[in-house]
Amino acid sequence: MGFPLLSLITFLPLLGAAIIMCVRGEEQVVASNARWTALWTSLITFGLSLILWAQFDKTSVDFQFVEQLSWLPEFGVSYIMGVDGISVLFILLSTLLTPICVLASWESVQNRVREYMVAFLILETMMVGMFAALDFMLFYIFFEAVLIPMFLIIGIWGGARRVYASYKFFLYTLLGSVLMLLAIIALWYQAGTTNIAELAEYDIPFNMQVWLFLAFFASFAVKVPMWPVHTWLPDAHVEAPTAGSVILAGVLLKMGAYGFLRFSLPLLPEASFYFAPFIYVLSIVAVVYTSLVALAQTDMKKLIAYSSVAHMGIVTLGIFTFNQQGIEGALFTMLSHGVVSGALFLCVGVLYDRVHSREIARYGGVAKIMPAYALIFMLFTMASVALPGTAGFPGEFLVILGAWAVNPWVAFGAALGMILGAAYMLFLYRRVAFGRIIRDDLKSLLDLSPREYAIFAPLIALTLWMGIYPQSFLSFFSVTVAELVQEHQAAIGAASRLAGL
Amino acid sequence: MFVGAIFFPLLGACISGFFGRWIGDRAAMWSTVLCMALAAICGSMAFFQVALGGQPATVTLFTWMDVGELEFAWALRYDTLSAIMVGMVTLISTLIHLYSIGYMSHDATPSRFFAYLSLFTFMMLMLVTADNLVQLFFGWEGVGLASYLLIGYWYEKDSANAAAMKAFIVNRVGDVFFMLGMALTFLIFGSLEFNTIFAAAASKVDETFLGLPALELIGVLLFLGACGKSAQLGLHTWLPDAMEGPTPVSALIHAATMVTAGVFLICRMSPVMEYAPVALAIVTVVGASTALFAATIGCVQNDIKRIIAYSTCSQLGYMFFAAGVGLYQAAMFHLFTHAFFKALLFLGAGSVIHAMSDEQDIRKMGGIWKKIPVTYLVMWIGSLALAGIPIFAGYYSKDAILEGAIAAHSGVGAYAFACGVIAAFLTAFYSWRLLILTFHGKPRADHHTMEHVHESPLVMLVPLVVLSVGAITTGFVFAPYFIGDNATAFWNGAIFNLPAKHMMEALHHAPHWVPTLAKTVAISGIALAVVIYGFMPQLPGRVAAMAPRAYQFLLNKWYFDELYDRIFVQPARRMAVQLWQVGDVRIIDGMPNGAASMAATTARGVVRLQTGRVANYAFAMIIGLVLFVSLYLMGR
Repeated sequence: MGFPLLSLITFLPLLGAAIIMCVRGEEQVVASNARWTALWTSLITFGLSLILWAQFDKTSVDFQFVEQLSWLPEFGVSYIMGVDGISVLFILLSTLLTPICVLASWESVQNRVREYMVAFLILETMMVGMFAALDFMLFYIFFEAVLIPMFLIIGIWGGARRVYASYKFFLYTLLGSVLMLLAIIALWYQAGTTNIAELAEYDIPFNMQVWLFLAFFASFAVKVPMWPVHTWLPDAHVEAPTAGSVILAGVLLKMGAYGFLRFSLPLLPEASFYFAPFIYVLSIVAVVYTSLVALAQTDMKKLIAYSSVAHMGIVTLGIFTFNQQGIEGALFTMLSHGVVSGALFLCVGVLYDRVHSREIARYGGVAKIMPAYALIFMLFTMASVALPGTAGFPGEFLVILGAWAVNPWVAFGAALGMILGAAYMLFLYRRVAFGRIIRDDLKSLLDLSPREYAIFAPLIALTLWMGIYPQSFLSFFSVTVAELVQEHQAAIGAASRLAGL
Repeated sequence: MFVGAIFFPLLGACISGFFGRWIGDRAAMWSTVLCMALAAICGSMAFFQVALGGQPATVTLFTWMDVGELEFAWALRYDTLSAIMVGMVTLISTLIHLYSIGYMSHDATPSRFFAYLSLFTFMMLMLVTADNLVQLFFGWEGVGLASYLLIGYWYEKDSANAAAMKAFIVNRVGDVFFMLGMALTFLIFGSLEFNTIFAAAASKVDETFLGLPALELIGVLLFLGACGKSAQLGLHTWLPDAMEGPTPVSALIHAATMVTAGVFLICRMSPVMEYAPVALAIVTVVGASTALFAATIGCVQNDIKRIIAYSTCSQLGYMFFAAGVGLYQAAMFHLFTHAFFKALLFLGAGSVIHAMSDEQDIRKMGGIWKKIPVTYLVMWIGSLALAGIPIFAGYYSKDAILEGAIAAHSGVGAYAFACGVIAAFLTAFYSWRLLILTFHGKPRADHHTMEHVHESPLVMLVPLVVLSVGAITTGFVFAPYFIGDNATAFWNGAIFNLPAKHMMEALHHAPHWVPTLAKTVAISGIALAVVIYGFMPQLPGRVAAMAPRAYQFLLNKWYFDELYDRIFVQPARRMAVQLWQVGDVRIIDGMPNGAASMAATTARGVVRLQTGRVANYAFAMIIGLVLFVSLYLMGR
């Protein structure tokens, strides 16, 4: 066991949070200190996570950077951290988005700055921990703990209906998670361990797989969110502060899909296969239904929130195609959506900071006064409609390719999202950026400040990089996903042979 | 050279787009023109080396995606087919950049315009030099984006915004099928690279998918994609509206290059299409119907740009049915000549609009030919080429297409021929209607406008002259290469014809009455227009009054827009609101909210029990006691 890099990345933000807590003094000084400490902590964390990027061995299917400590030996529960091709990039995504969020809140959050920054750093710890955990119990703890700082961020620094939104968010996700806890206990009862690697070896009878799958599904589907348990998301997004939305869309939505990939597919292959048509239906409904709903929205954030649900429909569809293209496409969409929808929420934040309104009708003709902003907004709009050459395309393309191999009608349903996605995003862009300026107060808006350029720069670079050279990201997945697909097919094959006997 | 032809326009776009504000509009404009000129030099050299010299080449840049067995790279494929397109696109784009310097001189943000224009050129070049379907799709969507930006260039105009959105979304409808076509291609061939696909096409003839022949299905899906981009019947509605963009845009994108991408796709996929006879029959029928349909509308429109737009739509139909009967060479030839004379016509129309102080309605023009003689002359040349009058470029290519349709000896071929001949008549008719109404007769514009009528500056006239040289010469110069004796060496395998069909030979043995008929209908179309509009200007109005239904039907473009609005746009909007207000808010949210309020109500009810009065509690206790005691006693 080498240097505990993953633990360091996970708990360094917690240290930063502790330092911020210790700062005392005048309110202004405390706020400024809190901002800078949070920024530096998260930047160092990001720097450390780049080591993961550099040293990760893409040719190995094993978990890497593994750390193991005995925790509750009598229950077979231990502290195991490690990453494989599926999780490593999500850690990077989390550590990248956190400093961006800190920067994005630099001026827009003015009350209780210290607590705000503490909440964000704790959130980062929990997110990274969740992606790195290799013990089911440990995973569950991080998975649930993410809720607390997010609940506070929405409930304290949110908009007018923040209490309703934060409770809705919390109760929805908690309700699903309780079922997952029961499933974990049942699993532990059977297998005697919660170590993920060991669980993967364990053969679960089909009857039990079905029940476990449903329990996991309840938890993950709410997190994704899949139709019809998606309605907490628009409310949460609308009320959350900009940075909260960025993290919510960028990382938190990926937790459910990550759960499907990490647990449902490898542990419950037959049940996953059994329920796949059901997932397809829900995914297609999510794509078409929420895209249509997005078309009718009058609130910018709500529109982008609904578009997130549609994109996550593509993700769940890709995961349950059980082929290389579909799953890699789903993973890529998760990453690209993390970057692009995060950036879109930041774009909304830029306008909200200036005008304090999210009403689409409140704007119009912004392109005239803020040309640089309009260009950046256009880039992310196009990435969201999956224009080739931007981050959105490879994922959607691969998922449609993968889905076609399973069922062409499913692929057609997913492809309908291409039309509807273009319709609602361009409609949004047209109403915000184009047209004549009707409101005089818009005429005095300033274009992006240097701080805002700094926020957008890495996201722009990533969006283009992921579109033009996606291979540098896909290469992380390929071996792990190939292994996953192979094992899945082996398990299904074994099961059908058994049924044949 | 190969890389330069493609990436100089991108460089120009970046300079003008990102640094336009610092270096000033003038520098931004001329830097893009310079980059385009460099690209045109590279492009022409590539054309000579690859197409005339017979040295195809592929430049691989770097891997794009590698997922399982799916693998493809960014690469520039130069064979004759792409070299023709690269040479043509870079040359015409350079001329249009030059023209735009004059045309956009009064605009507020020309650097933005030039950046878009160069970006478009780059995307178009990526499209034509793709060596796999995905890169082709990259260019395909990229030109869609550029077209969206340019149609909506004057974004303060609501109609421009609506037209831009419409163009993008209608194109997206086609793109969905393109995407599905790619998915099926991958499933059948295990690859999306052209070399692999073409090599394996013959061996996949018997593959089926969902009970249908797989290659036919691929052909149909890709053709539906092409319909979107090339504005074929059903998905054509965006093209006339696209005329909201500045005129150079209409010339470059919506006439010479982008809209021909669909034809290019079908020709590029000829090794697959040749094994898909049903798909080709569909291509033929749709193409022929579009050629006729658009020509009928072109006869009654009054906006100078829209007339030419419908004419583009109609000419694209010719190209498609040429490809459909298996004469990809003739389709590409018509694409090539059409690019010159249609760009010429649009730029000429732009010059007219410029002269008439931005008036586009031909009913308000007339009597200006003496004031703008050069424009008048080039419009004549363009119209002669469009109508297919001998010596001019359009004659050679249109003739080859009509001969090919007859030579195909099939039902769809005969249908295509009939549509093509009628459309040729209508084309000649509306072209001269446009010429006469625009330039001749009594001036119908107001006095003020007429005083300002002036010939365009030199920077606009030079491209016009160069293009008119192209509109005259490209036909007889290139006919031997594209469809004549040198064809085999020229194409060098870039286009695949099923040997059994003998299309290229059949072309030369077409009946002799075909060219005569073509010439006759063209000339009679011209004569009819001259007689009606030149000598009996009251007649058209009377005819329209006699058959008001038919006139309205044509004037309203066969009511396609209204139909689509009724069956797609409005229901989608209504459904969007319904799903949101009823589905999400009332049903899905209703459940948790209802549960929450029920819990709250119950809690409030329970709270009422706790009154704090000892008497109440004592009473409850006694009742309870009585109940339990009686239960206990009865149970025993």
